[in-house]
Amino acid sequence: MDGTSTASVGNTSHSAQTPLLAVEGVTLEYVAPGRIVRATQNVSFDIWEADRFILLGASGCGKSTLLKAVGGFIAPSEGQVLLDGRPVTGPGPDRVVVFQEFDQLPLWKTVRENVAFPVRVSGRLGRKEALERADHYLEKVGLSRFAEAYPNALSGGMKQRVAIARALAMEPRVLLMDEPFAALDALTRRKMQEELLALWEDVRFTLLFVTHSIEEALAVGNRIALLSPHPGRMRAEINSHEWDLQSGGSSEFQSAATRIHRLLFDETPGATESDHE
Amino acid sequence: MSDTATAGPGAIRPTPPIRPEYERIPEPIAGSSIERRVSLPQRLWQYAWLRKALILIFLAVMWEIVARLQGNDLLLPSFTATLQAFFEDIGNGIIPGRAANSVDILVKGYVAGVVLAFVLTSLAVSSQLGRDFLSTLTSMLNPLPPIALLPLGLLWFGLGQGSLIFVLIHSVLWPLALNMYTGFTSVPETLRMTGRNYGLRGLRYVFLILVPAALPSIIAGLKIGWAFAWRTLIAAELVFGASSGRGGVGWYIFQNRNELYTDRVFAGLMTVILLGLLVENVLFRQLERRTILKWGMTR
Repeated sequence: MDGTSTASVGNTSHSAQTPLLAVEGVTLEYVAPGRIVRATQNVSFDIWEADRFILLGASGCGKSTLLKAVGGFIAPSEGQVLLDGRPVTGPGPDRVVVFQEFDQLPLWKTVRENVAFPVRVSGRLGRKEALERADHYLEKVGLSRFAEAYPNALSGGMKQRVAIARALAMEPRVLLMDEPFAALDALTRRKMQEELLALWEDVRFTLLFVTHSIEEALAVGNRIALLSPHPGRMRAEINSHEWDLQSGGSSEFQSAATRIHRLLFDETPGATESDHE
Repeated sequence: MSDTATAGPGAIRPTPPIRPEYERIPEPIAGSSIERRVSLPQRLWQYAWLRKALILIFLAVMWEIVARLQGNDLLLPSFTATLQAFFEDIGNGIIPGRAANSVDILVKGYVAGVVLAFVLTSLAVSSQLGRDFLSTLTSMLNPLPPIALLPLGLLWFGLGQGSLIFVLIHSVLWPLALNMYTGFTSVPETLRMTGRNYGLRGLRYVFLILVPAALPSIIAGLKIGWAFAWRTLIAAELVFGASSGRGGVGWYIFQNRNELYTDRVFAGLMTVILLGLLVENVLFRQLERRTILKWGMTR
Protein backbone atom coordinates (compact mmCIF):
# COMPACT_ATOMS: atom_id res chain seq x y z
CA MET A 1 0.00 0.00 0.00
CA ASP A 2 3.02 2.31 0.07
CA GLY A 3 2.67 3.30 -3.58
CA THR A 4 -0.87 4.64 -3.46
CA SER A 5 -1.96 7.76 -1.65
CA THR A 6 -4.34 7.13 1.19
CA ALA A 7 -6.80 9.72 -0.04
CA SER A 8 -7.49 8.00 -3.35
CA VAL A 9 -7.96 4.66 -1.66
CA GLY A 10 -10.54 6.22 0.57
CA ASN A 11 -12.50 7.63 -2.34
CA THR A 12 -12.46 4.83 -4.88
CA SER A 13 -13.20 1.90 -2.66
CA HIS A 14 -16.28 3.49 -1.16
CA SER A 15 -19.31 1.71 -2.41
CA ALA A 16 -18.01 -1.82 -2.06
CA GLN A 17 -15.96 -1.88 1.10
CA THR A 18 -17.18 0.90 3.35
CA PRO A 19 -20.49 1.24 5.08
CA LEU A 20 -23.14 3.51 3.60
CA LEU A 21 -23.70 5.29 6.88
CA ALA A 22 -21.20 5.47 9.72
CA VAL A 23 -22.03 6.80 13.17
CA GLU A 24 -18.69 7.47 14.82
CA GLY A 25 -18.44 8.11 18.55
CA VAL A 26 -21.52 10.27 18.64
CA THR A 27 -22.37 12.06 21.87
CA LEU A 28 -25.63 13.97 21.86
CA GLU A 29 -26.80 16.55 24.33
CA TYR A 30 -30.01 18.48 24.68
CA VAL A 31 -30.75 21.64 26.63
CA ALA A 32 -33.26 21.33 29.44
CA PRO A 33 -34.18 24.37 31.54
CA GLY A 34 -31.03 25.29 33.43
CA ARG A 35 -28.93 22.28 32.45
CA ILE A 36 -27.54 20.28 29.57
CA VAL A 37 -28.48 16.62 29.54
CA ARG A 38 -26.43 13.95 27.78
CA ALA A 39 -28.75 11.74 25.74
CA THR A 40 -26.16 9.44 24.18
CA GLN A 41 -22.50 8.89 24.78
CA ASN A 42 -19.86 7.71 22.31
CA VAL A 43 -22.23 5.69 20.15
CA SER A 44 -20.80 4.03 17.05
CA PHE A 45 -22.34 1.73 14.48
CA ASP A 46 -22.15 1.13 10.74
CA ILE A 47 -25.01 0.63 8.31
CA TRP A 48 -24.34 -1.08 5.00
CA GLU A 49 -26.27 -0.92 1.78
CA ALA A 50 -29.70 -2.64 2.03
CA ASP A 51 -29.39 -3.15 5.78
CA ARG A 52 -32.49 -3.22 7.93
CA PHE A 53 -30.69 -1.82 10.93
CA ILE A 54 -32.59 -1.60 14.21
CA LEU A 55 -31.91 0.67 17.16
CA LEU A 56 -33.46 -1.01 20.17
CA GLY A 57 -33.55 0.09 23.76
CA ALA A 58 -35.74 1.05 26.68
CA SER A 59 -37.10 4.56 26.83
CA GLY A 60 -34.40 7.08 27.73
CA CYS A 61 -31.67 5.35 25.75
CA GLY A 62 -31.62 8.17 23.20
CA LYS A 63 -32.53 6.02 20.21
CA SER A 64 -34.93 8.59 18.76
CA THR A 65 -32.38 11.33 19.42
CA LEU A 66 -29.78 9.28 17.55
CA LEU A 67 -32.14 8.93 14.61
CA LYS A 68 -32.68 12.68 14.61
CA ALA A 69 -28.91 13.17 14.61
CA VAL A 70 -28.62 10.90 11.57
CA GLY A 71 -31.46 12.90 10.02
CA GLY A 72 -29.39 16.05 10.67
CA PHE A 73 -31.91 17.72 12.97
CA ILE A 74 -29.48 17.64 15.91
CA ALA A 75 -25.75 18.25 15.70
CA PRO A 76 -23.58 15.88 17.78
CA SER A 77 -21.49 17.53 20.47
CA GLU A 78 -18.83 14.90 19.86
CA GLY A 79 -18.19 12.49 17.02
CA GLN A 80 -19.81 12.59 13.62
CA VAL A 81 -22.27 10.93 11.29
CA LEU A 82 -20.88 10.05 7.86
CA LEU A 83 -23.09 9.34 4.87
CA ASP A 84 -21.09 7.98 1.91
CA GLY A 85 -17.99 9.23 3.71
CA ARG A 86 -19.25 12.83 3.97
CA PRO A 87 -20.26 14.28 7.32
CA VAL A 88 -23.93 15.06 7.84
CA THR A 89 -24.43 18.76 8.56
CA GLY A 90 -28.19 19.26 8.39
CA PRO A 91 -31.49 17.76 7.32
CA GLY A 92 -31.68 16.81 3.70
CA PRO A 93 -33.73 14.82 1.21
CA ASP A 94 -31.13 12.04 1.06
CA ARG A 95 -32.22 10.90 4.55
CA VAL A 96 -36.00 10.89 4.77
CA VAL A 97 -37.67 10.30 8.11
CA VAL A 98 -40.93 8.47 8.76
CA PHE A 99 -42.15 9.69 12.13
CA GLN A 100 -44.40 7.98 14.63
CA GLU A 101 -46.92 10.82 14.74
CA PHE A 102 -49.81 10.94 12.33
CA ASP A 103 -49.48 14.72 11.96
CA GLN A 104 -46.37 14.39 9.79
CA LEU A 105 -48.47 14.73 6.62
CA PRO A 106 -49.36 18.26 5.51
CA LEU A 107 -53.16 18.29 5.75
CA TRP A 108 -53.50 20.73 2.86
CA LYS A 109 -52.30 18.32 0.21
CA THR A 110 -53.99 15.24 -1.18
CA VAL A 111 -52.30 11.88 -0.67
CA ARG A 112 -50.85 12.07 -4.19
CA GLU A 113 -49.56 15.63 -3.72
CA ASN A 114 -48.17 14.68 -0.34
CA VAL A 115 -45.98 12.04 -1.94
CA ALA A 116 -45.05 14.17 -4.96
CA PHE A 117 -44.46 17.45 -3.09
CA PRO A 118 -41.04 16.69 -1.52
CA VAL A 119 -39.83 15.08 -4.74
CA ARG A 120 -40.64 18.32 -6.53
CA VAL A 121 -39.48 20.89 -3.98
CA SER A 122 -36.18 19.11 -3.43
CA GLY A 123 -35.55 19.64 -7.13
CA ARG A 124 -35.31 15.96 -8.08
CA LEU A 125 -38.05 15.87 -10.68
CA GLY A 126 -40.48 18.18 -12.43
CA ARG A 127 -44.13 18.36 -11.47
CA LYS A 128 -45.38 15.76 -13.91
CA GLU A 129 -42.63 13.22 -13.27
CA ALA A 130 -43.01 13.69 -9.53
CA LEU A 131 -46.72 12.87 -9.75
CA GLU A 132 -45.94 9.79 -11.84
CA ARG A 133 -43.44 8.62 -9.28
CA ALA A 134 -45.96 9.30 -6.51
CA ASP A 135 -48.49 7.09 -8.28
CA HIS A 136 -45.88 4.37 -8.62
CA TYR A 137 -45.07 4.28 -4.91
CA LEU A 138 -48.69 4.72 -3.84
CA GLU A 139 -49.44 1.57 -5.79
CA LYS A 140 -46.60 -0.18 -3.96
CA VAL A 141 -48.17 0.64 -0.58
CA GLY A 142 -51.65 -0.18 -1.90
CA LEU A 143 -53.16 3.29 -1.70
CA SER A 144 -53.86 4.05 -5.37
CA ARG A 145 -57.57 4.27 -4.63
CA PHE A 146 -57.01 7.05 -2.10
CA ALA A 147 -54.65 9.18 -4.20
CA GLU A 148 -57.07 12.12 -4.34
CA ALA A 149 -58.18 11.91 -0.69
CA TYR A 150 -56.98 14.32 1.96
CA PRO A 151 -55.02 12.94 4.94
CA ASN A 152 -57.76 13.77 7.45
CA ALA A 153 -59.96 11.19 5.73
CA LEU A 154 -57.43 8.38 6.28
CA SER A 155 -56.97 5.95 9.16
CA GLY A 156 -53.74 5.89 11.15
CA GLY A 157 -52.35 2.90 9.26
CA MET A 158 -53.11 4.52 5.92
CA LYS A 159 -51.42 7.75 6.99
CA GLN A 160 -48.29 5.79 7.90
CA ARG A 161 -48.45 4.07 4.50
CA VAL A 162 -48.55 7.49 2.84
CA ALA A 163 -45.56 8.57 4.93
CA ILE A 164 -43.68 5.44 3.84
CA ALA A 165 -44.62 5.97 0.19
CA ARG A 166 -43.50 9.59 0.48
CA ALA A 167 -40.17 8.54 1.94
CA LEU A 168 -39.65 5.85 -0.70
CA ALA A 169 -40.57 8.23 -3.52
CA MET A 170 -37.65 10.41 -2.49
CA GLU A 171 -35.42 7.37 -3.13
CA PRO A 172 -33.20 8.39 -0.22
CA ARG A 173 -29.83 6.88 0.58
CA VAL A 174 -31.17 5.86 4.00
CA LEU A 175 -34.76 5.54 5.10
CA LEU A 176 -35.11 6.58 8.74
CA MET A 177 -38.07 5.26 10.71
CA ASP A 178 -38.80 6.50 14.22
CA GLU A 179 -41.15 3.95 15.79
CA PRO A 180 -43.40 4.27 12.73
CA PHE A 181 -45.90 1.65 13.87
CA ALA A 182 -45.94 2.37 17.61
CA ALA A 183 -49.14 4.42 17.48
CA LEU A 184 -51.02 1.76 15.50
CA ASP A 185 -53.22 -0.98 16.88
CA ALA A 186 -51.62 -4.42 17.13
CA LEU A 187 -53.32 -5.96 14.09
CA THR A 188 -52.54 -3.00 11.82
CA ARG A 189 -48.98 -2.94 13.14
CA ARG A 190 -48.44 -6.57 12.23
CA LYS A 191 -49.82 -5.96 8.74
CA MET A 192 -47.60 -2.92 8.28
CA GLN A 193 -44.54 -4.91 9.35
CA GLU A 194 -45.36 -7.54 6.73
CA GLU A 195 -45.83 -4.86 4.09
CA LEU A 196 -42.58 -3.14 5.03
CA LEU A 197 -40.66 -6.40 4.62
CA ALA A 198 -42.36 -7.08 1.29
CA LEU A 199 -41.43 -3.56 0.16
CA TRP A 200 -37.85 -4.14 1.19
CA GLU A 201 -37.77 -7.40 -0.82
CA ASP A 202 -39.05 -5.35 -3.75
CA VAL A 203 -37.02 -2.12 -3.52
CA ARG A 204 -34.03 -3.10 -1.31
CA PHE A 205 -33.78 0.27 0.40
CA THR A 206 -31.46 0.85 3.34
CA LEU A 207 -33.37 1.19 6.56
CA LEU A 208 -32.58 2.56 10.01
CA PHE A 209 -35.47 1.64 12.25
CA VAL A 210 -36.02 2.70 15.86
CA THR A 211 -38.26 0.59 18.06
CA HIS A 212 -38.82 -0.43 21.66
CA SER A 213 -40.35 -3.79 20.79
CA ILE A 214 -38.01 -6.79 20.90
CA GLU A 215 -40.32 -8.86 18.69
CA GLU A 216 -40.56 -6.09 16.10
CA ALA A 217 -36.78 -5.71 16.13
CA LEU A 218 -36.18 -9.42 15.55
CA ALA A 219 -38.80 -9.72 12.86
CA VAL A 220 -38.12 -6.52 10.90
CA GLY A 221 -34.36 -6.11 11.20
CA ASN A 222 -31.33 -8.00 9.95
CA ARG A 223 -29.06 -6.40 12.53
CA ILE A 224 -29.96 -4.97 15.91
CA ALA A 225 -28.01 -2.45 17.94
CA LEU A 226 -28.90 -2.58 21.63
CA LEU A 227 -28.56 0.60 23.65
CA SER A 228 -28.41 0.95 27.41
CA PRO A 229 -30.24 3.91 28.89
CA HIS A 230 -29.24 7.15 30.70
CA PRO A 231 -27.24 8.07 28.68
CA GLY A 232 -27.57 5.85 25.60
CA ARG A 233 -24.46 3.70 25.12
CA MET A 234 -23.80 0.73 22.88
CA ARG A 235 -24.66 -2.54 24.62
CA ALA A 236 -24.50 -5.06 21.77
CA GLU A 237 -25.01 -5.61 18.07
CA ILE A 238 -26.93 -8.73 17.19
CA ASN A 239 -27.72 -10.41 13.88
CA SER A 240 -31.36 -11.15 13.29
CA HIS A 241 -31.45 -11.86 9.55
CA GLU A 242 -32.74 -15.41 10.13
CA TRP A 243 -36.00 -14.27 11.73
CA ASP A 244 -39.08 -12.99 10.04
CA LEU A 245 -42.68 -12.44 11.06
CA GLN A 246 -43.45 -16.16 10.69
CA SER A 247 -40.78 -17.27 13.17
CA GLY A 248 -42.45 -15.63 16.16
CA GLY A 249 -43.43 -18.87 17.88
CA SER A 250 -40.22 -20.88 17.40
CA SER A 251 -38.06 -21.66 20.38
CA GLU A 252 -34.95 -20.15 18.74
CA PHE A 253 -36.83 -16.89 18.29
CA GLN A 254 -37.92 -17.01 21.89
CA SER A 255 -34.39 -17.60 23.12
CA ALA A 256 -33.13 -14.72 20.98
CA ALA A 257 -35.80 -12.52 22.51
CA THR A 258 -34.82 -13.67 25.98
CA ARG A 259 -31.17 -12.94 25.23
CA ILE A 260 -32.04 -9.39 24.14
CA HIS A 261 -34.21 -8.94 27.18
CA ARG A 262 -31.32 -10.00 29.39
CA LEU A 263 -28.89 -7.67 27.58
CA LEU A 264 -31.25 -4.75 27.96
CA PHE A 265 -32.43 -5.14 31.51
CA ASP A 266 -29.88 -7.10 33.53
CA GLU A 267 -27.36 -5.07 35.48
CA THR A 268 -23.86 -5.91 34.25
CA PRO A 269 -20.45 -4.73 35.42
CA GLY A 270 -19.67 -3.71 31.82
CA ALA A 271 -22.22 -0.93 31.98
CA THR A 272 -20.38 0.87 34.77
CA GLU A 273 -16.96 0.35 33.20
CA SER A 274 -17.85 2.36 30.12
CA ASP A 275 -18.36 5.42 32.29
CA HIS A 276 -14.65 5.57 33.03
CA GLU A 277 -13.34 6.10 29.54
CA MET B 1 -50.74 -24.94 40.75
CA SER B 2 -50.80 -21.21 41.28
CA ASP B 3 -54.51 -21.37 42.09
CA THR B 4 -53.88 -22.08 45.73
CA ALA B 5 -51.06 -19.58 45.95
CA THR B 6 -52.97 -16.56 44.69
CA ALA B 7 -56.48 -17.22 45.98
CA GLY B 8 -57.27 -16.70 49.61
CA PRO B 9 -57.67 -19.73 51.88
CA GLY B 10 -60.99 -21.37 51.38
CA ALA B 11 -62.05 -19.06 48.51
CA ILE B 12 -63.35 -20.80 45.45
CA ARG B 13 -62.18 -19.13 42.25
CA PRO B 14 -64.91 -19.33 39.63
CA THR B 15 -63.69 -20.90 36.39
CA PRO B 16 -65.55 -20.33 33.14
CA PRO B 17 -66.71 -23.49 31.40
CA ILE B 18 -64.88 -24.55 28.24
CA ARG B 19 -67.33 -24.14 25.38
CA PRO B 20 -67.13 -25.68 21.91
CA GLU B 21 -65.62 -23.67 19.08
CA TYR B 22 -67.55 -22.91 15.93
CA GLU B 23 -66.92 -21.40 12.50
CA ARG B 24 -69.56 -19.86 10.29
CA ILE B 25 -69.93 -17.62 7.27
CA PRO B 26 -71.24 -14.14 8.22
CA GLU B 27 -74.97 -13.83 7.65
CA PRO B 28 -76.05 -11.87 4.56
CA ILE B 29 -76.29 -8.09 4.95
CA ALA B 30 -79.80 -6.99 5.84
CA GLY B 31 -81.51 -4.60 3.42
CA SER B 32 -80.17 -3.41 0.08
CA SER B 33 -77.51 -1.04 1.42
CA ILE B 34 -75.68 -0.34 4.66
CA GLU B 35 -76.27 3.40 4.24
CA ARG B 36 -79.46 5.32 4.93
CA ARG B 37 -80.58 8.71 3.69
CA VAL B 38 -81.11 11.53 6.16
CA SER B 39 -84.66 12.91 6.34
CA LEU B 40 -85.50 16.20 4.56
CA PRO B 41 -85.80 18.48 7.65
CA GLN B 42 -82.52 17.11 8.97
CA ARG B 43 -80.86 17.70 5.64
CA LEU B 44 -82.17 21.28 5.46
CA TRP B 45 -80.98 21.90 8.99
CA GLN B 46 -77.45 21.01 7.90
CA TYR B 47 -77.28 24.15 5.72
CA ALA B 48 -75.61 26.90 7.73
CA TRP B 49 -77.06 29.68 5.55
CA LEU B 50 -80.59 28.45 6.26
CA ARG B 51 -80.03 28.40 10.01
CA LYS B 52 -78.47 31.87 9.88
CA ALA B 53 -81.30 33.22 7.72
CA LEU B 54 -83.81 32.00 10.31
CA ILE B 55 -81.89 33.82 13.04
CA LEU B 56 -81.90 37.04 10.96
CA ILE B 57 -85.64 36.77 10.29
CA PHE B 58 -86.28 36.24 13.98
CA LEU B 59 -84.24 39.34 14.89
CA ALA B 60 -86.03 41.47 12.24
CA VAL B 61 -89.43 40.38 13.53
CA MET B 62 -88.42 41.20 17.12
CA TRP B 63 -87.21 44.64 15.98
CA GLU B 64 -90.49 45.33 14.17
CA ILE B 65 -92.56 44.32 17.20
CA VAL B 66 -90.53 46.42 19.65
CA ALA B 67 -90.62 49.46 17.32
CA ARG B 68 -94.41 49.20 16.82
CA LEU B 69 -94.96 48.92 20.58
CA GLN B 70 -92.72 51.88 21.26
CA GLY B 71 -94.22 53.99 18.48
CA ASN B 72 -91.60 56.78 18.21
CA ASP B 73 -89.89 56.99 14.83
CA LEU B 74 -87.34 59.48 16.09
CA LEU B 75 -85.95 57.10 18.71
CA LEU B 76 -86.48 53.73 17.08
CA PRO B 77 -87.81 53.55 13.53
CA SER B 78 -89.43 50.28 12.62
CA PHE B 79 -87.69 47.65 10.54
CA THR B 80 -89.92 48.36 7.55
CA ALA B 81 -89.27 52.12 7.76
CA THR B 82 -85.54 51.49 7.90
CA LEU B 83 -85.79 49.15 4.97
CA GLN B 84 -87.68 51.80 3.02
CA ALA B 85 -85.07 54.47 3.72
CA PHE B 86 -82.36 51.97 2.89
CA PHE B 87 -83.75 51.14 -0.53
CA GLU B 88 -84.53 54.80 -1.25
CA ASP B 89 -80.92 55.81 -0.70
CA ILE B 90 -79.68 52.80 -2.62
CA GLY B 91 -81.93 53.83 -5.47
CA ASN B 92 -80.60 57.39 -5.59
CA GLY B 93 -77.04 56.13 -5.29
CA ILE B 94 -76.12 57.76 -1.98
CA ILE B 95 -75.48 54.57 -0.01
CA PRO B 96 -73.56 52.73 -2.78
CA GLY B 97 -71.33 55.79 -3.25
CA ARG B 98 -70.62 56.13 0.45
CA ALA B 99 -70.07 52.41 0.85
CA ALA B 100 -67.67 52.40 -2.11
CA ASN B 101 -65.66 55.20 -0.50
CA SER B 102 -65.48 53.30 2.78
CA VAL B 103 -64.57 49.98 1.19
CA ASP B 104 -61.90 51.64 -0.96
CA ILE B 105 -60.06 53.05 2.05
CA LEU B 106 -60.74 49.93 4.07
CA VAL B 107 -59.16 47.60 1.52
CA LYS B 108 -56.08 49.80 1.16
CA GLY B 109 -55.49 49.97 4.90
CA TYR B 110 -56.31 46.29 5.37
CA VAL B 111 -53.94 45.03 2.70
CA ALA B 112 -51.12 47.23 3.99
CA GLY B 113 -51.76 45.97 7.54
CA VAL B 114 -51.77 42.32 6.42
CA VAL B 115 -48.50 42.70 4.51
CA LEU B 116 -46.83 44.39 7.49
CA ALA B 117 -48.14 41.73 9.88
CA PHE B 118 -46.73 39.05 7.62
CA VAL B 119 -43.31 40.70 7.50
CA LEU B 120 -43.22 41.11 11.29
CA THR B 121 -44.25 37.53 12.04
CA SER B 122 -41.85 36.10 9.47
CA LEU B 123 -39.08 37.96 11.28
CA ALA B 124 -40.41 36.71 14.60
CA VAL B 125 -40.34 33.02 13.61
CA SER B 126 -36.85 33.25 12.16
CA SER B 127 -34.98 35.00 14.97
CA GLN B 128 -35.05 35.51 18.71
CA LEU B 129 -34.64 39.27 18.32
CA GLY B 130 -37.54 39.42 15.87
CA ARG B 131 -39.67 37.52 18.38
CA ASP B 132 -38.84 40.00 21.15
CA PHE B 133 -39.46 42.90 18.78
CA LEU B 134 -42.91 41.60 17.85
CA SER B 135 -43.99 40.73 21.38
CA THR B 136 -42.84 44.08 22.76
CA LEU B 137 -44.49 46.09 20.01
CA THR B 138 -47.70 44.08 20.24
CA SER B 139 -48.04 44.43 23.99
CA MET B 140 -47.30 48.16 23.71
CA LEU B 141 -49.50 49.09 20.77
CA ASN B 142 -52.30 46.50 20.68
CA PRO B 143 -54.23 48.08 23.61
CA LEU B 144 -53.93 51.57 22.06
CA PRO B 145 -57.27 52.57 20.46
CA PRO B 146 -56.77 53.53 16.81
CA ILE B 147 -58.97 56.59 17.30
CA ALA B 148 -56.43 57.88 19.81
CA LEU B 149 -53.88 57.86 17.00
CA LEU B 150 -56.11 59.71 14.51
CA PRO B 151 -55.14 63.25 15.67
CA LEU B 152 -51.54 62.23 15.16
CA GLY B 153 -52.37 60.79 11.76
CA LEU B 154 -54.14 63.99 10.75
CA LEU B 155 -51.08 65.93 11.82
CA TRP B 156 -48.68 63.76 9.84
CA PHE B 157 -50.68 62.84 6.77
CA GLY B 158 -53.24 65.66 6.56
CA LEU B 159 -56.99 65.49 5.93
CA GLY B 160 -56.93 62.73 3.38
CA GLN B 161 -56.87 59.02 2.89
CA GLY B 162 -53.36 58.91 4.35
CA SER B 163 -54.40 59.53 7.93
CA LEU B 164 -57.27 57.02 7.73
CA ILE B 165 -55.03 54.36 6.22
CA PHE B 166 -52.53 55.03 9.00
CA VAL B 167 -55.07 54.24 11.73
CA LEU B 168 -56.47 51.30 9.76
CA ILE B 169 -53.02 49.73 9.54
CA HIS B 170 -52.68 50.21 13.26
CA SER B 171 -56.02 48.52 13.93
CA VAL B 172 -55.31 45.54 11.65
CA LEU B 173 -51.61 44.95 12.22
CA TRP B 174 -51.39 43.99 15.90
CA PRO B 175 -54.29 41.57 16.32
CA LEU B 176 -53.37 39.87 13.04
CA ALA B 177 -49.67 39.64 13.91
CA LEU B 178 -50.57 38.17 17.30
CA ASN B 179 -52.81 35.51 15.74
CA MET B 180 -50.37 34.72 12.96
CA TYR B 181 -47.52 34.31 15.38
CA THR B 182 -49.59 32.06 17.65
CA GLY B 183 -50.47 29.99 14.59
CA PHE B 184 -46.83 29.65 13.54
CA THR B 185 -45.73 28.58 16.99
CA SER B 186 -48.43 25.92 17.24
CA VAL B 187 -47.40 24.07 14.08
CA PRO B 188 -46.56 20.51 15.19
CA GLU B 189 -42.85 19.80 15.59
CA THR B 190 -43.12 16.71 13.38
CA LEU B 191 -44.48 18.77 10.51
CA ARG B 192 -41.69 21.32 10.88
CA MET B 193 -39.08 18.56 10.79
CA THR B 194 -40.79 17.08 7.75
CA GLY B 195 -40.49 20.41 5.96
CA ARG B 196 -36.83 20.72 6.84
CA ASN B 197 -36.34 17.11 5.78
CA TYR B 198 -37.56 18.12 2.31
CA GLY B 199 -34.69 20.61 2.27
CA LEU B 200 -36.97 23.67 2.55
CA ARG B 201 -35.50 26.86 4.03
CA GLY B 202 -36.29 30.53 4.56
CA LEU B 203 -39.30 32.01 2.78
CA ARG B 204 -40.08 28.78 0.94
CA TYR B 205 -40.31 27.01 4.30
CA VAL B 206 -42.61 29.74 5.67
CA PHE B 207 -44.90 29.77 2.61
CA LEU B 208 -45.03 26.04 1.87
CA ILE B 209 -45.17 24.66 5.41
CA LEU B 210 -45.83 27.26 8.13
CA VAL B 211 -48.51 29.37 6.44
CA PRO B 212 -50.79 26.50 5.38
CA ALA B 213 -50.28 24.70 8.69
CA ALA B 214 -51.13 27.88 10.64
CA LEU B 215 -54.01 28.86 8.37
CA PRO B 216 -56.80 28.41 10.95
CA SER B 217 -55.16 31.00 13.21
CA ILE B 218 -54.28 33.25 10.29
CA ILE B 219 -57.88 33.27 9.04
CA ALA B 220 -59.13 33.99 12.55
CA GLY B 221 -56.68 36.90 12.68
CA LEU B 222 -57.80 38.15 9.26
CA LYS B 223 -61.42 38.13 10.44
CA ILE B 224 -60.62 39.99 13.64
CA GLY B 225 -58.51 42.47 11.70
CA TRP B 226 -61.33 43.05 9.22
CA ALA B 227 -63.84 43.76 12.00
CA PHE B 228 -61.38 46.08 13.76
CA ALA B 229 -60.77 47.95 10.51
CA TRP B 230 -64.50 48.54 9.99
CA ARG B 231 -64.96 49.79 13.52
CA THR B 232 -62.02 52.11 13.25
CA LEU B 233 -63.14 53.56 9.95
CA ILE B 234 -66.73 54.21 11.02
CA ALA B 235 -65.61 55.61 14.36
CA ALA B 236 -63.06 57.90 12.69
CA GLU B 237 -65.73 59.33 10.40
CA LEU B 238 -68.19 59.73 13.24
CA VAL B 239 -65.71 61.54 15.46
CA PHE B 240 -63.86 63.66 12.92
CA GLY B 241 -66.40 63.95 10.11
CA ALA B 242 -65.43 63.41 6.51
CA SER B 243 -61.71 63.48 7.00
CA SER B 244 -60.97 62.27 3.51
CA GLY B 245 -63.03 64.81 1.59
CA ARG B 246 -65.18 62.06 0.12
CA GLY B 247 -67.30 60.76 2.99
CA GLY B 248 -67.98 57.11 3.69
CA VAL B 249 -70.72 55.27 5.53
CA GLY B 250 -69.68 56.76 8.87
CA TRP B 251 -70.07 60.24 7.46
CA TYR B 252 -73.51 59.26 6.10
CA ILE B 253 -74.60 58.14 9.59
CA PHE B 254 -73.13 61.29 11.16
CA GLN B 255 -74.92 63.64 8.72
CA ASN B 256 -78.30 61.94 9.09
CA ARG B 257 -78.06 61.95 12.87
CA ASN B 258 -77.45 65.69 12.78
CA GLU B 259 -80.60 66.09 10.69
CA LEU B 260 -82.55 63.64 12.88
CA TYR B 261 -83.25 61.21 10.04
CA THR B 262 -83.12 58.29 12.43
CA ASP B 263 -84.38 55.83 9.83
CA ARG B 264 -81.40 56.79 7.62
CA VAL B 265 -79.05 56.37 10.59
CA PHE B 266 -80.37 52.85 10.88
CA ALA B 267 -80.05 52.37 7.14
CA GLY B 268 -76.39 53.37 7.46
CA LEU B 269 -75.89 50.92 10.29
CA MET B 270 -77.61 48.28 8.21
CA THR B 271 -75.17 48.95 5.38
CA VAL B 272 -72.25 48.33 7.72
CA ILE B 273 -73.87 45.15 9.00
CA LEU B 274 -74.68 43.87 5.51
CA LEU B 275 -71.18 44.54 4.23
CA GLY B 276 -69.82 42.75 7.29
CA LEU B 277 -72.11 39.76 6.72
CA LEU B 278 -71.18 39.70 3.05
CA VAL B 279 -67.46 39.64 3.72
CA GLU B 280 -67.80 37.13 6.54
CA ASN B 281 -70.16 34.72 4.82
CA VAL B 282 -68.98 35.01 1.25
CA LEU B 283 -65.29 35.94 1.23
CA PHE B 284 -64.04 34.36 4.44
CA ARG B 285 -66.47 31.46 4.22
CA GLN B 286 -65.25 30.62 0.73
CA LEU B 287 -61.65 30.95 1.83
CA GLU B 288 -62.32 28.56 4.71
CA ARG B 289 -64.24 26.12 2.57
CA ARG B 290 -61.46 25.95 0.02
CA THR B 291 -58.75 25.53 2.61
CA ILE B 292 -59.07 24.59 6.25
CA LEU B 293 -62.52 22.97 5.97
CA LYS B 294 -61.46 20.90 2.97
CA TRP B 295 -58.27 19.85 4.74
CA GLY B 296 -60.12 18.89 7.92
CA MET B 297 -58.25 21.38 10.11
CA THR B 298 -61.49 22.76 11.50
CA ARG B 299 -65.13 21.80 11.57
